[in-house]
Amino acid sequence: MLELIVISTLNGVLFGMLLFLMASGLTVIFSMLGVLNFAHASFYMLGAFFGFQISRWLGFWPALLIAPLLAGAIGAGVERYGLRRVHRNGHVAELLFTFGLAFVIEEVVQIIWGKSPVDFRVPALLDFPAFTIFSTNYPAYKMFMLLVSIAIFIGLLIVLKKTRIGLIVQAALTHPHMVGHLGHNVGRIFMLVFGVGTALAAVAGVIAGPALVTQSNMAGLLGPILFVVVVVGGLGSLPGAFVASLLIGLVQTFAVSMNGSLSGAFGPLSPAYASTWLADIWGVTVAQIAPIMPYVLLVLILILRPMGLLGTRDT
Amino acid sequence: MMLEVADLHAYYGKSHILQGVDMHIDAGEVVSLLGRNGVGRSTTVKAIMGEVPPQGSIKFKGSDIAGLPSYRIAHLGLGYVPEHRDIFPGLTVRQNLMLGIKDTRRAGKWRLEDMLAMFPNLAARADTSAGVLSGGEKQMLTICRTLMGDPELIMIDEPTEGLAPLIVQQVGDLIAEIARRGVAILLVEQKLSIAMRISHRVYVMGHGRIAFEGTPAELRDNEAVRKEWLEV
Repeated sequence: MLELIVISTLNGVLFGMLLFLMASGLTVIFSMLGVLNFAHASFYMLGAFFGFQISRWLGFWPALLIAPLLAGAIGAGVERYGLRRVHRNGHVAELLFTFGLAFVIEEVVQIIWGKSPVDFRVPALLDFPAFTIFSTNYPAYKMFMLLVSIAIFIGLLIVLKKTRIGLIVQAALTHPHMVGHLGHNVGRIFMLVFGVGTALAAVAGVIAGPALVTQSNMAGLLGPILFVVVVVGGLGSLPGAFVASLLIGLVQTFAVSMNGSLSGAFGPLSPAYASTWLADIWGVTVAQIAPIMPYVLLVLILILRPMGLLGTRDT
Repeated sequence: MMLEVADLHAYYGKSHILQGVDMHIDAGEVVSLLGRNGVGRSTTVKAIMGEVPPQGSIKFKGSDIAGLPSYRIAHLGLGYVPEHRDIFPGLTVRQNLMLGIKDTRRAGKWRLEDMLAMFPNLAARADTSAGVLSGGEKQMLTICRTLMGDPELIMIDEPTEGLAPLIVQQVGDLIAEIARRGVAILLVEQKLSIAMRISHRVYVMGHGRIAFEGTPAELRDNEAVRKEWLEV
């Protein structure tokens, strides 16, 4: 039991930090541009595929640096030459634009790399068990993922809180017009934020690629959970995104590893239920419903606290 | 001439808000733009800053600025303090002031220490979040923040709205101090008190046009204009 808790906590925090790498960009982009970027998870996928390709040519470490830069440059270009023009036609047009972009990226990835998973492997340098806890070997690569995510989180925090550009970004989150009147080029800041946000998603893609499956449906699998994270945390709230990322990371990881069911918990009290039409629900294990847990949380949050855990907006 | 506006038109959707505004401000001059609510005073300054799309001619220090993005207008030396006291609530007072600086490599006429020395209230709260300031303190902060960018002309929209008389007095003193340091001012006001005290010239707006131009003394003597365009 203790083993399960320790391993699940580690995995949950790891998954949560990966989610945060993506959710942080998504939520900041939302605050600034007022638009939910449906293509955000696609940049995560681009990161993974760029990482795969570049690591074949140059090795994993250059890929870890180049792939996010490349994806970030594409992101900045999308903002500058796509979103900014579409913006003049209102929010619905912007939403449709990012929605379409997600499909375009998925199709392009399929054309180049196909539909099957690619063979993106953990670099040999990190392919060993970091430590053995009870009887489980915990892979070093997972510890590496955790360290990278935490380092980026701390870096992001320092840039936002301590640097001038970070302060301008914070100010532009709530008052973009005023920031412009003070002489700061808001358009350039938007482009920068979009670029950095998509690059962060790509970092998550590069480091998650070898550990999970690098496949053309990975954006579609992760995208919905990402939206759950930013809505649960509160749209536009970075601390909220952080808390919600960890929460959902932990909830999902723990749920998957639990085998309890209603009948397991209450069965002995009323054995009669086991044979009724309720038997199906009665016997469902927590692990079986794990995939829907984030969405249950989403629905509950929207009903009970629509602005999200740490959000301030009404919308 | 520092700012020269000629035949300025602006629209909100289909409504024609500015219907040919003509005005000018010289270097170091203090000018007030007066009028009742809804006559287009705020829209005039918004159109100059490009926040509302302008039609017509707007020249600042000889170059045409009509329709430029507001950050470029700001860099030319035109400061704007909008009416809603848009402080950055998540940042501290000091950080708010720092963001007023456009170019960190060049020292401006107004230093952070000066600002804090002038306003003991802001100094005492320099490192607290600006969101908790009172209305008057927020107003001081927005004006000071724009001054940090060293404007040659500062346009201040309704600085005294909703403030207690004592605070109105302080805001008036600050504006007088700005003028004393040689910065030209365009003050947009509904109330006459400060405007009549510090202005060299006043404009009165009505129905999207300039209805009167003259000195404060001339306005005081012109009962017809005051009755038609100012008094409620």
